[in-house]
Amino acid sequence: MGRFLSPQHGFWQNAEPVDGHTDLDLNFPQLKDKVQVYFDDRMVPHVFAQNDDDLYFVQGYLHAKFRLWQMEFQTYAAAGRLSEILGAGPNGAYLNYDRNMRRVGMVYGARRTLDSMERDPITHNMLNAYTAGVNAYIDHLPANELPLEYRLLNYVPEHWNHLKTALFLKYMSYDLTGAENDIEYTNVRNVLSKQDFEELYPIMQDSLDPIVPKGVAFYKQPAVRPKMPVNSDSLYFLWNTFANIYPINKPDKDNGSNNWAVDSSKTKSGRPILCNDPHLGLNLPSLWFEMQLHTPQYNVYGVTFPGSPAVVIGFTDSCAWGVTNAGRDVKDYFNIQFRDDSKQQYRFNGEWKKSDLRIDTFKIKGKHPFYDTIAYTIFGPVQYDGSFTGNNRTEYGNFAVRWKAHDPSNELKTFYLLNRMTNYSDYRQAIRNFSCPGQNFVFASKKGDIAIWQQGKFPAKWRRQGDFIMPGTDTAYLWQGSITPENNPHVDSVKPDRGFVSSANQMPADTTYPWYLGGSYPLYRGIIINRYLRQMNNVTIDDMKKMQTDNYNVFAETALPVLLQNIDVSTLSTDEKKYLDLLRSWKFNSDPTEKGPAIFQIWFDMLQNEVWNDDFDVAHKPVAIPEEATLVKCLRNPNFKFADNITTTQVESVQDVVTASFKKAVPQMALVDGEGTLEWGKYKDTGIRHLLRLGPLSRLHLSIGGGANIINATKQFHGPSWRMIVELKDKTEAWGVYPGGQSGNPGSKYYDSFINQWAGGEYNRLWVMTEADKNDKRIKFKMTFN
Amino acid sequence: MKIAVTILLTIILSFAAGLYLPWQSMALVSFLMAVFMHQKPGMAYLTGFVSMFLLWTLLAWWIDAQNDHILSARMATLFPLGGSSLLLILVTGLVAGIIGGLAALTGSYLRKYYQLYKAKP
Repeated sequence: MGRFLSPQHGFWQNAEPVDGHTDLDLNFPQLKDKVQVYFDDRMVPHVFAQNDDDLYFVQGYLHAKFRLWQMEFQTYAAAGRLSEILGAGPNGAYLNYDRNMRRVGMVYGARRTLDSMERDPITHNMLNAYTAGVNAYIDHLPANELPLEYRLLNYVPEHWNHLKTALFLKYMSYDLTGAENDIEYTNVRNVLSKQDFEELYPIMQDSLDPIVPKGVAFYKQPAVRPKMPVNSDSLYFLWNTFANIYPINKPDKDNGSNNWAVDSSKTKSGRPILCNDPHLGLNLPSLWFEMQLHTPQYNVYGVTFPGSPAVVIGFTDSCAWGVTNAGRDVKDYFNIQFRDDSKQQYRFNGEWKKSDLRIDTFKIKGKHPFYDTIAYTIFGPVQYDGSFTGNNRTEYGNFAVRWKAHDPSNELKTFYLLNRMTNYSDYRQAIRNFSCPGQNFVFASKKGDIAIWQQGKFPAKWRRQGDFIMPGTDTAYLWQGSITPENNPHVDSVKPDRGFVSSANQMPADTTYPWYLGGSYPLYRGIIINRYLRQMNNVTIDDMKKMQTDNYNVFAETALPVLLQNIDVSTLSTDEKKYLDLLRSWKFNSDPTEKGPAIFQIWFDMLQNEVWNDDFDVAHKPVAIPEEATLVKCLRNPNFKFADNITTTQVESVQDVVTASFKKAVPQMALVDGEGTLEWGKYKDTGIRHLLRLGPLSRLHLSIGGGANIINATKQFHGPSWRMIVELKDKTEAWGVYPGGQSGNPGSKYYDSFINQWAGGEYNRLWVMTEADKNDKRIKFKMTFN
Repeated sequence: MKIAVTILLTIILSFAAGLYLPWQSMALVSFLMAVFMHQKPGMAYLTGFVSMFLLWTLLAWWIDAQNDHILSARMATLFPLGGSSLLLILVTGLVAGIIGGLAALTGSYLRKYYQLYKAKP
């Protein structure tokens, strides 16, 4: 307590003076040359180095200086080591989290990726320099400058190493490809006929506006297509297994993004404009850290990940790029038959094959370590077995996970090359290495090229391969090779007719594509983005700002008319009619002061429960209900059989279930209305939470609109973690904002300095400095490294 | 007068020690002052308490003002202090005072018993 409260040594030392940052002179023998860093009035560092090694050293040092605790904490989480800091947790929650991370193969995949990164001399040097920079900060950190969260949790930082960078990048893979529905779909398949399953879980929605416009040829028909196993009708598409496993820490299904690039023919300036806003969990300290990295050879500005070198989303002096998640299914489960409880052998191709047993040690704060034995098979690690079954027990079933993130890869090389690109072919070269998580890379250059490419190493699958848990007793269901990069969905540098390229996590192509695209894809943001871009001409940056922060809900536009058509107004009370009228007058803008969005959401959620709960009651849990688009399509059919509530003797019609769900939903609407939180901004209650979920260190109750299915994809704790607009004129004009601040210190005024602007739909002008600007009044102070 | 000097000296020396030594050095200084200065134990406690209370309260108040109360407001919400920066500063001072007072008290008893020991034939 004394140490914590001491003004000279305790938490008071984290209370940074709001004025006065003094120039610093630092000496490190590892540096080959001088590095000058200029900090502007937003605390963005502009790093001027003479060579790459010095550049990444200083990037590491600065990441540590501003965000050390966050970097460490996030990599502890990725490595499944939270129990070391937090203890086993209530009901062993943190230990379960940790076991899950290791069993899904996070450390396994990170080590293999690290091997690849170290085998490439360029990325090996990047890692060496970056790690050295981070450790240079840690080694010289005096006790009184220890970040606040270490004090609160009573521990100290350990040394950084290359594996931690690999783990951090792997965690992004987890966030973006870890949310498959294999278990849920398997349980659903068991209770539906094949025909019903196809109707309720279609492989493509009719209203899809794919990333590659329909009719655009971009692939060569393969000589050989992936072959469905001959026994799949009996062993795969019918009931053959189930799983009562609730996945731990399942990534948010809305982890995704928007990006688009407008061609010169459509902009007022006659130069392309590129936009990107990645949608992720909104946390403090922020995931992103703005930087400019400059050497005599190249110059790049954008957002970086504290934990990894390079700029991840941004622009060079000639080109810009951005990413959205591809959302392809690259994580599949296989049903393993162990010979006995020892897990030493499993059935494969008619024989008992020896599994690779590995013992993981989990150090737990204040307790004895926990040991977990994991069996590695030809498919991958057996994530779920008798000793680990998610949050609930399962009766049987050992499930091995085959995840693309397990394979060696070098995504860092892609970022390295993107940071240096000067033209379209540099961009093509840069993204070739990118394996997992597959991303839609959008590109624009000052020369006028725009392009989009869904790049990743995707397994070549047959129709519905990987939708369910697959038999794991032979080779029949293994992935049959990868799709060659040239056949990945893309829209080329050849001027696209429509004058723009875009992606919003929708399906990249329709079902004429010869390989199964799997996964479940958001539909609506792609529709509204393309609608706007088609209509627009003489596009300016201001147009793009309005578009990126647009709150129009095209899903409501689709669904509400169907609901309103089917409601029996004659059965409604005055109170119920009041809410219905409010809804009718809503013009589908999910603005913070509107009441329509909450009424619509409460009603639609209730409708989904009313339609599906009775039918899936009999299934093993968990299940995944059909997508919203599917339900709306089904409701248009008056003979929709699932409208019937099977627990009642009468047969309900679509009108019955729509009306009943509205009446059931009204009490909740009235309750919320009574509390004064029916307005969308208050109902949604957006907030940016500290990683430890401590209220006083968070920024809660922000008034901002938007939501799922909307370009401004801001939900409660999830949304646009970075918004960027880049116009590629001779002198690039770029704008950006993220909900946080450059400093990870809650005692700094730069901890949350951008949040109000972000919530208000404002942007900051991104300043690309040259050394000639060093006396500009925007520069607050500088660090000189020797 | 002597008390005022003792208090001032304790504050200065504790602050100086804190620049180079870990946080416990403030207790050590308070302890040593009481060992070497002749005071009744009650007075020793008082001077120890007052000097450390003043030192930490003033330092915390100064840091807090420079910081525009950003961190103190957050910490005072995290701990059950109703978000009051002032309360947090006072708690800081109080804890220092208690530590300082006890250290001084210990010191003064040590002095007393040492003198008794020396006085024995």
